[in-house]
Amino acid sequence: MYLGRVVGTVVATRRVEGLEGARFLLVQPLDHAHRSTGPAEVAVDRVSASPGTLVLLEGSREAALACEPTFVPVDAAIVGLVDEVDV
Amino acid sequence: MNLCRVLGTVVATEKLPIFEGRKLLVVQPLDELQQPQGKSYVAIDHTSCAGKGDVVLVMNEGGGVRMTLKEPAAPIRSLIVGVVDAVDVG
Repeated sequence: MYLGRVVGTVVATRRVEGLEGARFLLVQPLDHAHRSTGPAEVAVDRVSASPGTLVLLEGSREAALACEPTFVPVDAAIVGLVDEVDV
Repeated sequence: MNLCRVLGTVVATEKLPIFEGRKLLVVQPLDELQQPQGKSYVAIDHTSCAGKGDVVLVMNEGGGVRMTLKEPAAPIRSLIVGVVDAVDVG
């Protein structure tokens, strides 16, 4: 898992099977000190995040496992809303 | 497994049910001289005794995590499986 900040929403009405209900958000991956750790990416939102929110993400196959149905072409999913990072 | 230092904790009350009751720790990967190397990330503490400043063993493979947690569909890839006492190099 890794931290990220939601920076926007993504609308893509033409999409493959399995992604029908998926809500896409644009996320900037961050480290513990809120420094960018790579390019912004699109993640499926599983916890009703909104732009500006600090979130917890899971990547690769585990992202697909966080979705319903499970085996969908997803490699990033928002699995938690972060209240606090205490370092 | 990765050698990592625990930097602190992540509090997230709103999360998928699978994460309920599991401790989320921010970890910083270390090189063999225990110097920070690479991006920090978040792991679940399965030892229930890892704390800030500890050097820990982090397994980063979802299949192994799901077997260890006995949760066949857990969307979790990083699990703290040990707290390191010493690293002797050379």
